[in-house]
Amino acid sequence: MRLMASELACIRGGRQVFHNLSFTLGAGNALVVTGPNGAGKSSLLRLVAGLVHPAAGQLALEGGNGELTIGEQAHYLGHQDALKTALSVQENLAFWVGFLGAGDAKVDAALAAVGLDGLAALPALYLSAGQRRRLSLARLVAVERPIWLLDEPTSALDVAAQGLLADLMRTHLTGGGLILAATHGPLGLAAAQELKLGATR
Amino acid sequence: MPLTDLANPSRFLAFVDAVLPWLAAATLLAFALGIGQVYLSPDDYQQGATVKIMFLHVPAAWLGLFAWVLMSVAALGTLVWRHPVADVAAKAAAPIGAAFTLMCLLTGSLWGRPMWGTYWVWDARLTSVLVLFLMYLGVIALWRTIEDPTRAARIVAVLTLVGAINIPIIKFSVDWWNTLHQPASVLRLGGSTIHPTILVPLLIMIAAFTLLFLTLHLAAMRNEILRRRLRTMLLMHADAAAGA
Amino acid sequence: MTALAAILMRDMRLAVRVGGGALIGVLFFLIVVTLVPFAIGPDLVLLARIGPAILWLGALLATLLALDRLIAMDQEDGSLDLILMAPVPLELALAAKALAHWLSTGLPLVVAAPLLGLLLNLDPAATGAVALTLAAGTPALTFIGLIGAALTVALRRGGLLLAILVLPLTIPVLIFGVAAANAAIVGPVPFGTPFTILCALTLISIVIGPFAAAVALRQGLD
Repeated sequence: MRLMASELACIRGGRQVFHNLSFTLGAGNALVVTGPNGAGKSSLLRLVAGLVHPAAGQLALEGGNGELTIGEQAHYLGHQDALKTALSVQENLAFWVGFLGAGDAKVDAALAAVGLDGLAALPALYLSAGQRRRLSLARLVAVERPIWLLDEPTSALDVAAQGLLADLMRTHLTGGGLILAATHGPLGLAAAQELKLGATR
Repeated sequence: MPLTDLANPSRFLAFVDAVLPWLAAATLLAFALGIGQVYLSPDDYQQGATVKIMFLHVPAAWLGLFAWVLMSVAALGTLVWRHPVADVAAKAAAPIGAAFTLMCLLTGSLWGRPMWGTYWVWDARLTSVLVLFLMYLGVIALWRTIEDPTRAARIVAVLTLVGAINIPIIKFSVDWWNTLHQPASVLRLGGSTIHPTILVPLLIMIAAFTLLFLTLHLAAMRNEILRRRLRTMLLMHADAAAGA
Repeated sequence: MTALAAILMRDMRLAVRVGGGALIGVLFFLIVVTLVPFAIGPDLVLLARIGPAILWLGALLATLLALDRLIAMDQEDGSLDLILMAPVPLELALAAKALAHWLSTGLPLVVAAPLLGLLLNLDPAATGAVALTLAAGTPALTFIGLIGAALTVALRRGGLLLAILVLPLTIPVLIFGVAAANAAIVGPVPFGTPFTILCALTLISIVIGPFAAAVALRQGLD
C-alpha cells in the first residue's frame, strides 16, 4: 500500500497555505510533518483525510480498497478529541466502534491497552486532558484502519502516555500501516521520513 | 471573445466597463419610451389613474421572481462548476431582487387600498411574495454572516436551490387558490387577456425595468469583484507583515 | 445497520442527559401556550377557535429551539470530522440524527399537546385531531430544520439565523397542519384532504432534508 501525493496545493480562507507539495509514503513507514505554526501541517492532514479539498494536485492510494475513499480507510486524530462529556468512557468508545463498523468485543481490550479500563463507567466530563487524549487513542486501537493521520498526537500526554503512543505507533507500522503525523516535538519513531513545511510568507 | 472568457474576473470587469454605459443608455431610453406610453394609455373606468400603479407593480413582481431564478442558475454554477463569477452574480443579485420584491409588495399595497379597500390581505399570492421577501432577507443575512466569501457562496447556493421551490408556488398560486388577487393575465396558455393599449406599455415597462435590473446587477457584480480584490490585498498585506 | 443504530442511540442518550433533558422542549411548549391567553384574554370560545393554531405554533417554536445544537454539537468537538470520514453515507447519518431529534423533542410535544389542549378549552375531538396532525407534521419540521442546521453549523450565533432560514420553509407544513386540525373540528373540508397533503410533505422532507443537509455540510468544507 502506498500513499502518493503530487503537487498538492491548499487554499484556506483566501490564503494559499502551501503549494507544489509532493510525497510518497509506503506501508510500514511514517512521515513526520514539521514546520512553524501556520505552515499548513494541520491543513495537509485534513486534506489527506478528505476534510479539505485540494486547490491543485493529486492524492492517490495504491493497494488500498478501491471502493473506499482515502478518508474512509484512515483514522484522523485532530486537535479535538471527539468525545461527549455526558457519556461515559465506555459509551464514548462503544459509539465510535459501532459507528465505524468494528466489533463490540474490541472496546474493553482497547480501553485496557490505553490504561483506561478502570474508568470505563466514569463520565468523560471528569477526565483530565491527558486521559481524554488516551481515550481518542483507544479509538485507533479498537477500530482497524491502515492509515493514521495524527495532528500533534503528543500534546496533553505525559511521559508515560507518550511512551504508550510510541508503542502503539510502532505496532501499527509493523503491521503494515502508514502514519502521517504533524508534530512540534519528537515522536519516538526511529527512521521516519520528515517533511518540512516552510512558512510560505 | 468566447463566452467562457468571461469566467475570468479580470476579463469580466473589462466586459462590464465596456458594456455598462450602453446598457445604462438603453435603460434610460426604454424608460423614456415606457413612461410616455404609460402617460398616453387609457385610465380604468372604475379606478381612474390609479390603475397605472400596475406599470410599476407588475415589472417589480416579475423581476423579484427573475432575480431568484438568476440566483438559482448562479447557484448551480457555483456548486457544479465552481465558477468564480457565478458566486459574484448570486451575491450581487440578492439585494436587487429583495428591493424589487419589496417594491412589488409596497406598490401592490398602495394599489390594493383604493381597489380592494385594504392595504393587505392574506391571499395566496401576496403571502407567497411576502415569504419570498423574507427568504431574500435570509439569503442576504447568510451572505453577511459567513466570513470566507467562497465558502459563503457554496452554502448560500444550497439555500437558494432549496428556496427555489417557492417560485412556481408564487407563479401558480393565483391559479391554484381562487382568492382575492387577480389570476394570471399576461403569461398564460392561450395568450394574454389584456387589451393592447395597456399590454404594450406594460411590456415596454417590463423591458425597461429588466434593463435597469441588468444595469444594476452588472454594476453590483463589478463592485463585488473589486471588494474581493481588496480583501485579498488586505490578506496579503497581513501575510507580508507577519513574515517580516 | 448497527452504525445508524449507534448514532440514533447516542443522540437520544445525549438529548436526555444534556441541557435539561427531553422535557425542556415540552416545558417551553407549555410556557408558550400559557402566554397566549395572557396576550389575547381568557375568552374560552376564542381560545378554542384558535387552539389548534396556538398548539401548532408552540410546537414549531419548540422544535426550532433545539435544532441549532443538532449538528453544531458534533462540529464543536470534532465528531463531525469523523462522521464525514466514516463509510456510513452522510445522508443516512444525518437522517438518523434527525430521527433521534424528533423522538426526543418532537414526540414529547405530540404527547403533551392533548394536555395543553385542556388549557385552551379544546374538546376531545379537537384535541385528538391536533395531536394526530402534530404526529404527522412534526417530523417534517425536524427534517426541514435539519437543512437549516447544516447551513448554519459553523456560525457562532447561528440560532437566530437558523430560525430565519427555516421558518419560511416550514410554512406549508404549518398551513396544512392547522387546516387538517380545523377540518376535523369544524369542516366543511374533509379531514383527509389536508391531512394527506401534510403526510406527503413529511415524506418529501424526510427524503430531501438529509440530502440537502449533506450537500450543505460538504459544500461548507474548505
